[in-house]
Amino acid sequence: MASRAYLSIENVGVTFGSGSEVLRGVDLTVDRGEFISIIGHSGCGKSTLLNVVAGLLPVTTGAVILDKQAVDAPGPERAVVFQNHSLLPWLSVYDNVRLAVDKVFRRTKSRAERHAWTLHNLALVQMTHAKDKKPAEISGGMKQRVGLARALAMEPKVLLLDEPFGALDALTRANLQDSVMEIHAKLGNTVLMITHDVDEAVLLSDRIVMMTNGPAAGIGDVVTVDLPRPRSRIEVDTKPAYVAARHAVIEFLYSRHPGFRSAA
Amino acid sequence: MSLPALSDEAAPRSGAPAQIVPLPRPPAVRRRAAAVARAAAAHVLPPLLTLAAVLLVWQVVTSQNPAGLPSPTAIWRDSRELILDPFFDRGGVDKGLFWHALTSLRRVAVGFSLAAVVGVALGVLVGSSKMAHRGLDPIFQVLRTVPPLAWLPISLAALHEAQPSALFVIFITAIWPIVINTAVGVRNIPQDYVNVGRVLRLSPLEYFVTILLPAATPYIFTGLRIGVGMSWLAIVASEMLLGGVGVGFFIWDQYNASRISDIVVALVWVGLVGFALDRLVALLGRIVSRGAAAS
Repeated sequence: MASRAYLSIENVGVTFGSGSEVLRGVDLTVDRGEFISIIGHSGCGKSTLLNVVAGLLPVTTGAVILDKQAVDAPGPERAVVFQNHSLLPWLSVYDNVRLAVDKVFRRTKSRAERHAWTLHNLALVQMTHAKDKKPAEISGGMKQRVGLARALAMEPKVLLLDEPFGALDALTRANLQDSVMEIHAKLGNTVLMITHDVDEAVLLSDRIVMMTNGPAAGIGDVVTVDLPRPRSRIEVDTKPAYVAARHAVIEFLYSRHPGFRSAA
Repeated sequence: MSLPALSDEAAPRSGAPAQIVPLPRPPAVRRRAAAVARAAAAHVLPPLLTLAAVLLVWQVVTSQNPAGLPSPTAIWRDSRELILDPFFDRGGVDKGLFWHALTSLRRVAVGFSLAAVVGVALGVLVGSSKMAHRGLDPIFQVLRTVPPLAWLPISLAALHEAQPSALFVIFITAIWPIVINTAVGVRNIPQDYVNVGRVLRLSPLEYFVTILLPAATPYIFTGLRIGVGMSWLAIVASEMLLGGVGVGFFIWDQYNASRISDIVVALVWVGLVGFALDRLVALLGRIVSRGAAAS
């Protein structure tokens, strides 16, 4: 298949200027349309890995190759949804998304098309009603929806989610997870998501990448979640494949590579 | 303050029949006006009372010794014309205080505007480039401690004329807080916003307009507010030495004529104008940075 290894992370190592080695020998290939979660204890370097794929951090060794091109700088084809939404507080919800749309499609879409595309993406995350509000006027979950809309509007080749629901309460989080699943089913994005929530990883992912503890962290194991889509959180809960995947992740995190007790 | 709450509770429910309302009540508009008046009184009354107390003490202390500082009543007796008519103009420097203040304000407007433009530009440079920071910051830190009046002989020597020298003194006094606060604002832009700019591949100009400037605006206005206060300090001081029309020279002139009462009146003007300038810049800042508060 030609689209094999759409995104390929090859022998990536990152050592910071201070001499501390964060990642060593990370190898991962991701197919087009695949949903991958990266899970691990705090401080294991999973955010570093995501930043490397985003191009926000340079690699020390190895390379990241997306659609046959080496990644060496950040760009809209690898849109990031940051953990703390990072919407610009002086712009309205609409303008935050429009900023991205204007930048990415300045030459390829007309003004009216860009307006429509902005509204389309806000509708995709069900935020049309708040388009004229400032970020400070909407809830945390809504901010993450807008952050997601901004990322989706760039039509990225790979969507990078950096613990996107980490700061939200459980109900809001479940709502957003469902939205992400729906959007993934509709658009078929390739997604790389950082999380430390086992259930979230199992519910959303095709494969779960489990990272060993730092320093010099790497990929410890990969679990394939063999569940058909669309998945419903209620039905999936008792399926053997779900239970097995969940058990494998918990076993890895708490038995084979336990984090610091004090950090738990 | 408990009175309005009580009358609100006693007010009839909207569905109640009309005949059980025995007393005429103040209409809502009048009640709201009363609330506004009360709020205003709560803010205006304390400073007025303080002022009255100060004037009283001043009167008591100074009335013993007529050769020293004039008492408030003596000031009113000696300088009534100056207080009541700020707009007279008998040519030369014999003008009402309004004209003196206006001349000083014009100088501040020019000098401060220059300082704002150059200061923000330098602050952005120092805040965004590590090399510029290393090269310029130590020099700024030394220069900013030079008192405004110390610049005057140098600027007179360099520029030869009084008017541009006064402007330069304002400029050089006001610029440091603007530079330093702008630089801090630029350096404190959250990494998240910087990353958004990088992911979107904003050009330097786009980054400047859409992220850097709005993110640093609250800091910039803090600098501008300190700067405008300092430039008003500097203008009064430099006019004392330079002469001509202006509040600073007026004070010096009256001192030489031993008219201490007039000086006190001028000081009140200086204070009020400085206060107004500060509030004006603060208001501008609030308007410009509306919604830019971190969320």
